[in-house]
Amino acid sequence: MQLNKPATSGTMDSCDISIRIENNAGTENEVFLSSIVEKQYGKQIVALIHEILKKHQIEGVTVNAVDRGALDCTIKARLESAIYRGLEKEHALDWSVIDHE
Amino acid sequence: MNELKRHGKAIKVYKGEDKVLSSLEEAIDKAGVKDGMTISFHHHFREGDYTLNMVMEAIAKKGIKDIKIASSSLGKIHEPLIEHIKKGVVTEINTSGLRGKLAEFISKGGLEKPITIRSHGGRARAIEAGEIKIDVAFLAVPSTDAMGNASGIGANTKCGSLGYAIVDARYADTVVLLTDDLKPYPNMPASIRQQEVDYIVKLDKIGDPEGISADATRFTKNPKELKIAENAAKVIRALPYFKDQFSFQTGSGGASLAVTRFLKDFMKEDGIKASFILGGISQPIAEILEEGLTDHLFDTQTFDAYAIESFRKNPNHHEISVSEYANPWSMGSIASQLDYVILSALEIDRDFNVNVMTGSDGIIMGASGGHSDTAASAKVTVIVAPLYRGRIATVVDKVTSVITPGKDVDVLVTERGIAVNPARKDILAILEKTNLPVVSIDALADAALKIVGKPDPIEFTDRVVANIEYRDGSIIDVIHQSKA
Repeated sequence: MQLNKPATSGTMDSCDISIRIENNAGTENEVFLSSIVEKQYGKQIVALIHEILKKHQIEGVTVNAVDRGALDCTIKARLESAIYRGLEKEHALDWSVIDHE
Repeated sequence: MNELKRHGKAIKVYKGEDKVLSSLEEAIDKAGVKDGMTISFHHHFREGDYTLNMVMEAIAKKGIKDIKIASSSLGKIHEPLIEHIKKGVVTEINTSGLRGKLAEFISKGGLEKPITIRSHGGRARAIEAGEIKIDVAFLAVPSTDAMGNASGIGANTKCGSLGYAIVDARYADTVVLLTDDLKPYPNMPASIRQQEVDYIVKLDKIGDPEGISADATRFTKNPKELKIAENAAKVIRALPYFKDQFSFQTGSGGASLAVTRFLKDFMKEDGIKASFILGGISQPIAEILEEGLTDHLFDTQTFDAYAIESFRKNPNHHEISVSEYANPWSMGSIASQLDYVILSALEIDRDFNVNVMTGSDGIIMGASGGHSDTAASAKVTVIVAPLYRGRIATVVDKVTSVITPGKDVDVLVTERGIAVNPARKDILAILEKTNLPVVSIDALADAALKIVGKPDPIEFTDRVVANIEYRDGSIIDVIHQSKA
């Protein structure tokens, strides 16, 4: 599933992550990350973003993320906000998929 | 060690010559700066220092190479050293701190020879013992007369105490003062005295007052830091050393400075006064003196405008050299008389080792300072630190670099609990009887890991870029080159 429109979420504040998500020409998801904790957590953050996209059955999007040291819970929340905005479903959240274990 | 004598500076005889020279170039010539020499600087001007860069540029222009720099510390402003290293002008660095682009350059292997990182007390020890032999000291001074009676208070710049520079002036073979305020003779009270001074250069501007001292030290409003500070002050109050005529030092970080505020309230409530406060002196500490809650301040480094004014006007605000402050090879530094020291940390591990030097990405970003000196000396060493900053854990399995060994650290106060070094059973027994949240350091490290997630290990090469000296001169740790 692709998005209805490009969407953004998050801020550039410390401990937050700024996310932009938009459709690309293919069927694969692409993630571009720049992070102040790239060395320690870069791979993990990219993997987390892919995992969340998959969980929401999103395919063929490009995610640009600028991370300022956000925790995993923040990254999940920001990405899910962006996904639902892109699907124009921000007022109809699918709570069975959004489960913060 | 008992065979050692203090290193002596060269004896020279004054023959009535004019010490005031017309330019830096002339001073470099007269001082005989040549290839391979060790030259020193102080860091009282912090990020407002113009002089180190000016001196090094003049030395580079003369084609002099292989200079060994022994600065009491280095800041972001000293980035131009990168070019001097690349051109072979500078081949060795001794410092307490290293920040910004220069720190990154060295972390990534830009300087062939490993730098040496020393504590403030350790540097004084190394200079007095002749391990660092300073050929020429270039010392920025806010004012001096034409003979070299120099003070930390001048018309254009003010830095208060000249505690670091005093040691260099006493032990360097040649001393060149750099000033932008040449006063009539005699310029008293003076921190550096005329007998130690060879030359004086009057420059247009030696520093930026805004970079030298902050206008005011504001207390943190961060609720996490305030909670940590309040609990740290409660720990201090709960221990038996908190009594009339006690003594303490607080570090300059947000939380450790805020401890001062809570401590002051407790002192008033309990009707007790301190005999002295040691530091790094900033406004909150100067206010304690002015409110009559301490008899004396001992000051190696004056941080802000308020404290500088206190230094100038309060007779019991004493200037001390960094050797008096914390030199372990002496018959007792003032640090040796401390009851409490409150210090911050970039990282602290399960063995209570503290890192204040290297970021968790492996890049140098801090300063050893007086951390290990005061931790080793005080009866109780309290570290104040949040469990994590951003996504970076502060309480970790193993610190990236050891500056202060865990044996010298007694209590860790975080916003999630207070951990006591198991070696201090006396402190643990007392704190367990209070309502303070005492936990094990392992519980704190586990909690941090759970919140931030396990980081990927940082990659280093085998090459050493920095040797970290403990205050007694032994190598306590090394920093390896960070892989780009």
